[in-house]
Amino acid sequence: MNRRLPWGAMARMTGRRALAAVPVLLAVTFAVFAVAAASPFDPVKAYAGTAGLTASQENLDQLRANLGADLPLLTRWWEWLTAAVTGDLGDSSVMRAPVVDVITERLGWSVLLAVTAFLIAIALGTLLGVLAGRRRGGLLDRAVSSAAYTLEAAPAFWLGLLAIWFFALKLGVLPAGGLTDTASDTVTADQVARHLVLPALVLGISQLPWFFLYVRQGVGDALDEDPVRGARARGLSGRTVLTGHALRSGMLPMLTLVGSRVPELITGALLVETVFSWPGIAAATVTAATSVDFPLLAALTVLATAAVLLGNLLSDLLYGLADPRVGFDG
Amino acid sequence: MTARSIRGAAAAILAGAFALTAAACTNPGSPAGASGGPKDSAVVGIAYEPETLSPLLGYGKDGNSKIFDGLLAFDADMTLKPALAAKLPDVSADGLTYTYTLRDGVTFSDGAPFTSKDVVFTYRTILDPKTNNASRTELDAVKKVEAIGDDTVVFTLKYPYAPFAERTVHAIAPEHVAAKQDVNTGAFTTKPIGTGPYVLSGWSKGEKLSFKANPTYWDGAPAVKKFTMAIVKDDDVRATRLRAGDLDGAILPPNLAAGFKGDKGRKTYEAKTYDYRTVTLPTHHKVTGDPAVRRALDVAVDRQAMVDKILEGAGKPAYGPVPTDSPWFAKGTERRHDLAGAQKILDEAGWKPGPDGIRVKNGVRAAFPLWYLSGDKLRQDHALAYASDAKKAGIDITTQAGTWEVIEPRMKTDAVLAGGGSPGDPDFDQYLLLTSSLGGDGFNNMAWYDNKTVDRALEDGRRTNDTAERRAAYDTVQRELVKNPGYTFLTHIDHLYVVNDSWNGLSTQIEPHDHGLASGPWWDVEGWKPKKSGATQK
Repeated sequence: MNRRLPWGAMARMTGRRALAAVPVLLAVTFAVFAVAAASPFDPVKAYAGTAGLTASQENLDQLRANLGADLPLLTRWWEWLTAAVTGDLGDSSVMRAPVVDVITERLGWSVLLAVTAFLIAIALGTLLGVLAGRRRGGLLDRAVSSAAYTLEAAPAFWLGLLAIWFFALKLGVLPAGGLTDTASDTVTADQVARHLVLPALVLGISQLPWFFLYVRQGVGDALDEDPVRGARARGLSGRTVLTGHALRSGMLPMLTLVGSRVPELITGALLVETVFSWPGIAAATVTAATSVDFPLLAALTVLATAAVLLGNLLSDLLYGLADPRVGFDG
Repeated sequence: MTARSIRGAAAAILAGAFALTAAACTNPGSPAGASGGPKDSAVVGIAYEPETLSPLLGYGKDGNSKIFDGLLAFDADMTLKPALAAKLPDVSADGLTYTYTLRDGVTFSDGAPFTSKDVVFTYRTILDPKTNNASRTELDAVKKVEAIGDDTVVFTLKYPYAPFAERTVHAIAPEHVAAKQDVNTGAFTTKPIGTGPYVLSGWSKGEKLSFKANPTYWDGAPAVKKFTMAIVKDDDVRATRLRAGDLDGAILPPNLAAGFKGDKGRKTYEAKTYDYRTVTLPTHHKVTGDPAVRRALDVAVDRQAMVDKILEGAGKPAYGPVPTDSPWFAKGTERRHDLAGAQKILDEAGWKPGPDGIRVKNGVRAAFPLWYLSGDKLRQDHALAYASDAKKAGIDITTQAGTWEVIEPRMKTDAVLAGGGSPGDPDFDQYLLLTSSLGGDGFNNMAWYDNKTVDRALEDGRRTNDTAERRAAYDTVQRELVKNPGYTFLTHIDHLYVVNDSWNGLSTQIEPHDHGLASGPWWDVEGWKPKKSGATQK
C-alpha cells in the first residue's frame, strides 16, 4: 500500500456514482409522486384540516384548483421537476411556506441529532465490540451481547419514553424534550447540548447493537486467524496483537456498515424526534406524507435518497482505502 | 493510508465522541423542572400545532387569538363584547347592514396604527377565491365590506344573517404588512403582526410557540409577560412533562387527568363545550331512513352510561347539537333511556323480530353499517356502545373503522360516528347539519336530513334579530328532531386541563369541537394574575 492517497481513482468513482445518482433520483421522485397520487389521502382535506369539515363543496373545489391538486400525475411531476432544476422547490401546502424555508429551518437540527447519535453508536459499539471480541464468552461479552440483542428488538420510541421517564421524571436531571428549555426563547449552545443528550443517546443506543455485534464478530474471528496466532507465538504482547493485527481486519466490515446504516438512522430519527419534540425534518416528513404535500415530500425524498447514496459512497471509499484489494469500482 | 493513520482517526473519533457525551453529561445545568420559573411566565402543553398564524388563511376565525384581535370578542359565557370596535355594531332594520365604529389609538405591534383599511383588507382577502382559506364559507353572507373614513367599516350582506356579528370576532391582519406578500405562503403566515395582547417571539415548528406580552396593548399589558405553548402530540408525554415540571399546564384526556386529582399544587379545569358526538342516520338508507327506526334508536341508546363509562363523567348526554345547559336548549326535549319504548315503536311500525332476534320489515333486515374514524378511541367507544344498545332493541349495527377518505364516499347511505360543535350561535351548527339543500355538500348535512319544517325554522332563525323569534325557531327545530331525528346525538364532551395553581383569575370558555390554540384556561391568559402568597413549587 503506498502512502499517497489514490485521489484519481477516488474522484473517478465519485464521478461515476454522481452520474448514476441522476436516474436514481429521477425514478425516486417519480415514484413518490405516483405513490402519493395513488394513496387514499386527499391533499385538499389535509390542507383544510378541521375547517374542511364545515366548508362548502364550492370552497373545497376552489382550494383544489388553487393547490393544483386536480392536475394529472405526470403534469404535476414534470412541473415540479422543471421548476426544481432551476432551484425553485415550490411551496409546501401543509406548512404554508416555501419548501426551501421549511427545509433550511429544520435540517440542521436533524443533522446535529443524527451525527451525534451516529458517533455515539460507532464509538460505544466499537469499544464494547473490541472488549467483548477479545474474550468471547467472558462475563462482559455475555452481558453486552444479550443486552445488544434485546436492544435490537426494542423500538426507538419505546426507549425514548423510557429515557424520559427515568432521566426527566425519576431523576430530574435532563430535560424531557424540545430544543431548548420550554420557557426560553433564545437558542443557546449549552441549552441545545443539554437537550441533545437524551434524544442522541436514545437514537445512538438504538443503532449500537449493529456496530457492536459486527466488531465483536470481526475482532473475535481475526484473533483466531493464523497470522494473529503466529504473532502471539512470536511473543508479541496481547495489546500489540489486538491493535496491530486483529483490529485492522476486524474493523473492515464495519466500514460497509457505516454506509448501510444511514437509512435506518433516518427512520430512527423520525420516531425519536417525535417523542422528544425535536424540531427536525423528520416530523415534517411524516406530515408531508400524510398530507400529500407533493413539493415538500419530493424535496425530502431527494434529500433522504441523496443521504443514502452518499453514505454508500463514503463507506465504499473508506473500504477501498482500507483494503486496496477492493479498489474503487473497477 | 496506513494502519496507523486509521487507528489514529478511530482514536480521534472515539475521543471526540466521548468528550461530547461526557461534556453533555457533566453539564446538567438547571434541573429540567424549572417549573414556572419567575411567576410572570407560563408554559402550557397543547396537542395540535396550527398550520398557519395568518388570519387570512383562517387562524383566529373564532376569536381569542393571542396575537390578533377581532372587531368583537367573546366573553367566558360567549356573549359578545367590543374589541377593535368601540362598541357593538349598529344593525339596520332589515338586518342587511352592519356598521362598526373602530376603537381609537390602537396600534399593531410594529407601531403602525390600526385603521378601517386593515379591516376591509382582511375580509376582502379572505373572500378572494385565490386565497386558500378553507373557512371562507363562514363569511358567505357578506356581499361587500367598505371603509368610511379611518374609523368606520360597513358590511353589507346578501341576506339577513342574525349571527353575523358573531363572525366578526375574526382576527384582523395589518394591510401594510400582509398586502405586500403571497397570501398563501408569504412570511406573514409564520411571522404574524397583530394588535393582540401578545407578540409572537418565536415559532419553532413542531416544538413550541413563544409569546411575549405586548406592552402597549390597548386593553392593558398582560401580567403574564412570557407565554409558551409547547407542542406535545403524545398524551402520555404531555402528562409526563407536566409531572416533571417542564409544563405549567396541559390539556389531557380524562384517564390521564385523573392521575393529577390528588395533586395539591395543580388544579383540574373542566371546560364545558359544544363538542358533540353523534351518529348520522342517512335518509338514503332503507333502515336508517325510516323515522320509526330513528325514533327507536333515539330512546334505545343509554346516553348516561356513555358519559359515565366512556367519558368517566366528564361530559353530559346530548339530544341535539345544542348542549342541555345552553340558553338555546329547548327544555323538555330530553329523551329518557327507554328500551321497552323503543321496542314498542318498532313493533308498531311493523319491524318484527326475525329468527336471529334482528327485526325484519317487508324482507328488509334492520341492519346497517356504522363508520368511525380509525385511531380515534373516543369515537370507537361511542360506536361500540351505540351498536350494543341498538342490538338490545333488535337492530344490528356493524361498526367499521376507516379514514375520512374511506368514509366520505359512503356517507350518503352509511351511518357515521361524527363529531362537531361550534358555540357562539345556534345557527352555526344547526344550519349546516340540518338544512336539506346542504345534503352531501362536503361534510355538511352528512345524514341528508330532509325536513321542510326544520328548513323553514332554520331560515327564520337566521333572518331575524329578535331574540324571542329566534328562540321560537330553534325550539321548533329541536322539537322536530324528537319526532324525526336525523341523527342520534350521544354526548357533549368536557375538555380537561390540568394547570399549576400559581395564578388567580383562571376560567374556561365554552369550547368548540376543534381544539384550537385559544382553548383551555389560557383563552384569556392576558387576564391571569400571579398568586401573591404561594410561590410556585420548585
